[in-house]
Amino acid sequence: MATLNTALDPLFGIHGAALAVQRKRMDVIASNLANADTPNYQARDIDFAKVLSQTRQAGQGSATSLGGAGLGMTATQAGHIAGQPTDAAQNLDPALLYRVPLQPSLDGNTVDTQIEQGKFLDAALHYQASLDFITGQVKGLTTAITGQ
Amino acid sequence: MSSSFKIFDIAGSALAAQSLRLNTVASNLANADAVASDPNSVFKAHIPMFKAAPELAGAQTPGVRVTGVQESQAPAEKRYEPGHPLADAEGYVYAPNVNVVEQMVDMISASRSYQGSVEVMNTAKDLAMRTLSLGQ
Repeated sequence: MATLNTALDPLFGIHGAALAVQRKRMDVIASNLANADTPNYQARDIDFAKVLSQTRQAGQGSATSLGGAGLGMTATQAGHIAGQPTDAAQNLDPALLYRVPLQPSLDGNTVDTQIEQGKFLDAALHYQASLDFITGQVKGLTTAITGQ
Repeated sequence: MSSSFKIFDIAGSALAAQSLRLNTVASNLANADAVASDPNSVFKAHIPMFKAAPELAGAQTPGVRVTGVQESQAPAEKRYEPGHPLADAEGYVYAPNVNVVEQMVDMISASRSYQGSVEVMNTAKDLAMRTLSLGQ
């Protein structure tokens, strides 16, 4: 994942990182659904906006060289120490929050299956959208290379 | 793509746990009328214990695990049936503490959760297939 991001970032922009984050988000929501009947389990979710702003800030320094939404730091001098990995999904801890329950249940479980299913669908659609954007870029590139 | 398909482990653990719950319900319902002459030896309703399982797919995205199946502590139902072959000296038989309505509700809940996890797995599989055929 990391190599894909760094190698092709100018082409795919933020979508490579978005795929990783949405995938992680689907993991978290699947976990909520799996524990829908577990006493005292508290539902969690990833705050996508927070991850996005973090990713933007982290990529600010190298944004121009990477053509927009850069991820992580770029070493421009020989003495620079390598920065954090560019995989946005590696550093999600601050954005992994607990869901506020609408109807808390007696056994301390805060999973609302309907809400989780909706959120899962949302994450899946965003993932698909990013996939489609990447596919479009690859197709464009193929056309440019083959000239057909 | 480290530990690529965690979501299948998570949803799979949910399928296993919910099917065990369905089995427990089936067993409880099957034994609902197994009366006995002694309240201690009569069948007791079984209850599966669920617990979040961080060892399965990481602490942030735990799967679910059944830690054990325990017996319900509700008292056995005492019925006055002096003609029953199993009746004790006072004419009582003891029926299991299985609440049939409760078991049916449990069954529906387990079956819905199972369906939900299957749905999650199908979506994850579709997305994985699309990712594998990326750029084609």
